Formats: sequence, structure tokens, C-alpha cells
Amino acid sequence: MKEEIIISGFGGQGVLSMGKILAYAGIIEGKEVTWMPSYGPEQRGGTANVTVILSDERITSPVLNTYDTAIVLNQPSLDRFMPLVKPGGTLIYDPASILTPPMRKDINVYSIEAMAEAARMKNGKVFNMLLLGGLIKVRPIVSVEDVVEGLHRTLPERHHHLIPMNEEAIRHGMEIIREENRA
Amino acid sequence: MQKDNDILLLKGNEAIAHAAIRYGYDGFFGYPITPQSEILETLALLKPWETTGMVVLQSESEVASINMIYAGGGSGKCVLTSSSSVGVSLMQEVIPYMAICEVPGLIVSVQRGGPGLGTIQPSQSDYRQATCGGGNGDYRTIVLAPCSVQESCDMVGLAKELMMKWRTPVIILSDGSIGQMMEKCILPPYTPRRTDEEIRRQCPWATNGLGLKDRKPNVMTSLELDQALMEKRNRELQKKYARIQQEEVRAEHYHTEDAETLIVAFGSAARISMGAIDNLRQQGHKVGLLRPVTLWPFPEKEILELASRMKRIVVVELNEGQMLRDVQWASQFRCPIEFIGHSGGVIITPDEISRKISEMGKL
Amino acid sequence: MDEKTIKSPQNIVYQKPRLMNDTPMHYCPGCGHSIVHKLVAEILDEMGIEEKTIGVCPVGCAVFAYRYLDIDWIEAAHGRAPACASALKRLWPEHLVFTYQGDGDLACIGTGETIQTLNRGENITVIFINNAIYGMTGGQMAPTTLMGMKTSTCPYGRQADLHGFPLKISDIAATLEGTCYVTRQAVNTVGNIARAKKAIRQAFENSLQGRGSSLVEIVSTCSAGWKMTPVQSNQWLTENMLPYYPLGDLKNIKD
Repeated sequence: MKEEIIISGFGGQGVLSMGKILAYAGIIEGKEVTWMPSYGPEQRGGTANVTVILSDERITSPVLNTYDTAIVLNQPSLDRFMPLVKPGGTLIYDPASILTPPMRKDINVYSIEAMAEAARMKNGKVFNMLLLGGLIKVRPIVSVEDVVEGLHRTLPERHHHLIPMNEEAIRHGMEIIREENRA
Repeated sequence: MQKDNDILLLKGNEAIAHAAIRYGYDGFFGYPITPQSEILETLALLKPWETTGMVVLQSESEVASINMIYAGGGSGKCVLTSSSSVGVSLMQEVIPYMAICEVPGLIVSVQRGGPGLGTIQPSQSDYRQATCGGGNGDYRTIVLAPCSVQESCDMVGLAKELMMKWRTPVIILSDGSIGQMMEKCILPPYTPRRTDEEIRRQCPWATNGLGLKDRKPNVMTSLELDQALMEKRNRELQKKYARIQQEEVRAEHYHTEDAETLIVAFGSAARISMGAIDNLRQQGHKVGLLRPVTLWPFPEKEILELASRMKRIVVVELNEGQMLRDVQWASQFRCPIEFIGHSGGVIITPDEISRKISEMGKL
Repeated sequence: MDEKTIKSPQNIVYQKPRLMNDTPMHYCPGCGHSIVHKLVAEILDEMGIEEKTIGVCPVGCAVFAYRYLDIDWIEAAHGRAPACASALKRLWPEHLVFTYQGDGDLACIGTGETIQTLNRGENITVIFINNAIYGMTGGQMAPTTLMGMKTSTCPYGRQADLHGFPLKISDIAATLEGTCYVTRQAVNTVGNIARAKKAIRQAFENSLQGRGSSLVEIVSTCSAGWKMTPVQSNQWLTENMLPYYPLGDLKNIKD
């Protein structure tokens, strides 16, 4: 098993931490993982993306040209990464910040209204957990239980009381993701 | 201690900080610079002075950092500093002092694009600075090039062993991508820091006053007024370097057994090249990789041996061709040698390597 | 009385400090360095702490201090002695760590290290020999060279518009939170030598007791650099140096 994922959006959306939790879940399942951020001068609101690779084997290049799965959270990210999804791969987007929906027919496309749902829940912080739930629903590369265990290990003790809320968001994300196209 | 946390998801930089504590280093002295600040930040967060007794100090400059390492190592303590390209340039003032005074110490160099302030993106353009001795005089430093987070961690332990064994500064030549990326890291068990008595026994040359009443004073100095004496010291150093070249060369082979084309690459460029090799092999190209793990001493013999049976060597680096010269020299041009690289913080991709190698055609 | 009786221990009124060896000093006649070396050796003798003492040498005339005092020394790069000492003291918190530096080393190329080390309150002693000139390199202008004073790089005398002003680094040091003791002393008279010794001893004790950084400036002569006889240079020091660099404690926090 080897899954090569790109998550791309604005800084502050929790893109990097979502990748981190996913990678942690991978470690708990005994996988090799690599989390490779794009980095620049510290800036809020700038673009941020992270490549996450989970694999049963040693991971060679942390730098990729194409991806099994892309999660895109704004139009520039969609424009940039949609063409790089392998045929038969997966694209997940949030319609809230997308003007031109993805048109490729040779990939599986899913939408998830995470931003709207987070607003409805009056909790912007669960945005990335909804997305993560959606991702593992359509690409079951790690289990919900291991993601929750990952949260336990990544979050400082003082934030552990927030874990049930996050778990709920992950499970909710699994419910609200919608299939838009099947390759 | 912390059994559950022995396998962590860490950045390369963070792994170095954890490793320094666990391998029983006595002190870290460093100055912030992107992309390596997580080393100092992680140490500050972990507060090792409350557990192992390791000292952590944010210095006023890289110049001060390297002097702190020089003095600390000179007194028999096991110490390290870290910086990135322009900061490591400042350290060149005192690395020669360490070399000639035979002071152990670890310098972690997390490279970014250069020259000058350059960029903060990953690069390997300080290969020559690290391997040729970036400061004045006839000296070398052992240079270890990690290609993963795990190796970043492990090399902190290896560096300790080597610097104490050979009484020499050791450089871990990482880069922005290895420093910033996160991977699974299995942390080593805690090695206790040495006691004063152990230091006195193991480092009788150190300037720490211990046991002074029963011995001659120890002095760390690079200064000689007599040129003949200076040359003698240089010759001794060269003898030691020759032994290091005999004993400490390390390199990793990746699919070299049946290879017709050999990529030579280190650090992150080697990882990316492995990705390219996987692609190329699927297309039927017999490509392998030699990854120098020690950049100095350089795996000259292995390269010569491989060059003798390859149709082509391709050197891949994140610079304009620095290790290339060493590969050319070592291979004695027994086969054609090509170069693929990017500099200034631009990262090469596996596809670019695959494409360029495919385009090189049959030999 | 025969020689043996004369040399018996009960007749000894003065002897060379135990930690000072027989190596002939390279210092010029009339230079203050040799006196200060002797004071340091005497104090370390008296305190009996040579097995937990580390000295840091500068670049400058005192570059060879390690030849004369039988303790462990590390020779720092030019100006970097305070950085070395900071690390040593933190790694050896029970030790006495001191630097011995001249004006060019401490107040010019090493100003950054000096100020930062003192400001961190490192528990070290800085012994600072101020003779207003670069002695070892042959008499060039120093940061502490007085206005109008002639050196090989200000042969017509130091002028503000060309060279700026003499730096009173001890006055700066006294303003720093990290220093507990900043004093300016001299070794031009027997009385001043005794006072300088007392000051260095206090600084060493501060360092051992972890009270903060101590800086002992010693206004000194450079008869060769000043191109004077030892006697003339002592007189010149009294008439010119001391008015600009007045002696006494600039700061002394006892607890």
C-alpha cells in the first residue's frame, strides 16, 4: 500500500496540521510516513500545501510530480493540482471557495461543504477535521480510531478535552462528503 | 523514560534536538536562522537542563556559537551547534581552530539557497564549504549527509562517536527539506552524560582543570611562532586524516548490482533520485544509485570500482555541480559523467531526473 | 649567616606565586601585563582552586598568557573570549572561568561578545587590560586610544571626525543588568597594585558564588607602543589616561 496525497489551501486553514494528524495515524498503523510542507517566510493567509505519503515500504522521494489524492481548498490550488492527480486518482474540494468545479472525468471527484458545515457548527476549528473525515471515508487509508489516537499523541495534554469534539467532526465529515464523479 | 513516545512524527530538525538530548550531549549553543530554528526551539521546549543536565543557550551570533562549541569541546564536553548557510559561513572563523587543536564538536548545517542571504528553500550548495574546509589552513572535517529524518537522528549519535574517537569537528550536512519534513522517527534510548571522572579519564587533553595537581597544564591553542612546529602539527593532522579516509567511508547502494547507469547523489537529492530510479526501472532502464553517506571522507574507491563497470554516471545535486568534481576525480573518467542539478532553493523532481536520463539515450 | 639560613622558610618575605612558572615573559619592560599575570597567579594560589579553573586567552599581547601561568587555558579567536567563557561556565558551573583580554580584543572586534556575555550575567570574570593601543601588532589605534594620541594608524593624533571617540566600555558594562561588579583599577603604583589584586579577588569570588558578571578594567601602560621609557609611561598614564578613565568601582552589588 502506498498513498501519495497533496493538501493545499490558505495558511491558517489547518492544512499542515491535518496532514500531520494523518501521518500520525499512519505511524500508529505501522506505516512509513513523510510529511513535506511547502515553506516560506512566516505569513498568515498565504498559500500553504503539504505532501503526505503513507506507505508499507520505505519511502523514496518526498518530492512528487503526481498524486493519488489531492485535497484542494481554494481555486489556485485546484488549478494547480487537479492536472497532477493520477488517472483513476481522487480529488476532494470544498465548493465554498471554488468558482470553477473540477471537470476531469478520469478521476474520482468528491465535494465536501466543510467550510459551510463548520460555520453551521459555529466552530471554524473543526474545518480540517471534517475534511479529514471525508478523506478517510473515500480513501480508507487509516482508521478513525487511529486518527483519534493520532490526535492524542499530537495534541498537548491541555487540549485533550477537545478530542471528542474533533472525533465527532471526523465522523460528521464522513457523512457529508458527496461523490461528484466516478472515474 | 517516555516509552510510548519513542516513535514520533518529527521534523528532521526536531529529531536532531531529541537525539542530542538522548545521546547524552552536554550542551547546545545556537542562533536562530531559517530553516533550522526548530533545533533550538525544540531544545528550549524540552528543557533538557532539568532532566539530563544538558545546557541550551541561544547565543548572540553564529560566531559566538562556534566559539562556544570550540571552548566546550576543548574542555572535554560533548557539544553541538546548528545553523544554515550564511550562518555557517560565519562559523568558518573558528572551525579551523577546532581542527588544529583537535577539538571534538558537532556542527549541524541545514543548507538553504545561496550565495549570500539567498533563499530559505532547500539547497546543497554548501557541499564545498563543508567538505573542503571552509576556513583557513590545511584541514578537513568529517561530513555526514542524512537523507531522512531517521538518519538525521541517528547521525547525531554517530557524530558523537566519530568526533570523540578522532578528536575532530564533525558536520551534519542537512538541508531545508530534510530539516522541515516530518517522518517517523524511532528515538534512541537515553545515554547518560559522562561524569567529570569519565571526562577526566577519557579526555586527558581537555582544558578543564580536572586533576591539574598531578599533570601538566593543558592548553588549547592554534598559535605557533615557529613555522617548523606548525608544519609538524599539520603533518600530524594529515596522518589522522589519512586514517579517517581508510576507516570511516560510508555509502549506501540502491539497485547498483545490475545497473548500467549510476546516479551519484547525497541527502535529499539522493531521496529524489531513488524516486526517479523506481520510475526508470519500471520503464526498463537499469539505473542505480550510490549515495555517499560520508561526504568527507568521500567514497572514492567505490566510485572508481562502479565507474569501471557503468556505461554512464549521472551526478544529481541541488547546486551547480559541486560534488560533481569529486565524482569526476574519483571515477578517473572511466565512463562519461553527466550532471543534473538545480540551485538557489529550486528542488529537482523525480520526473525531471527520469526524463533527462531517458533523453541521454543509449550508450 | 650562610645562604641556607637566609633562604629558610621563616625568613621568606616574598616569593614567586606557585602557579607562575619560570618561562621568561615576552612582555616589554614597564608593561602592566606581567604584574596582572602575577596577581592572577597569587589569587589562584591563595584560593587553591587551580583544579577547577579555566582561563581564556585573547588575541593581543596576552595571547601567550598560557605560557606563564600553570593552569588550563583555551586560546580564543580575536574578541571571542567571552563567548568561550560563557560556554565553559555553563558546562562547568562549579568552576572559576575568567577571560583575560586587551582593549582591541574586548572593546573593538569582540564588543558584541563582551556586551552580550555581560548582559546575560554569565558568572565569569573579565579581566580587561586597557593600554589605549594595539601592542602586539605594533602600535595601531585602539578603540580606547585617547583624543589627540598618536599611533601608527593615527599618526597625526586621534581626531573625532576621522576616528570617532575613545570608548568607555566599562561605563557601558556598568549599565547592564547582568553585571554585579564593574571596577576600574591600575597597576602603576604599589598601592594601586594592591587595590587591583583585591578587585580581581572579589571578581573571582563573585564568579564562584554565581552573583553575575564581573569586569575588572586595568588601565595600563604600553611603553613600547607609546614610545616612552617605563617611567615616562607611568607618568603619562597618571596625567592622561586616568583623567579620562578614572579609577574606582563603577558598580558593586554585594549580594
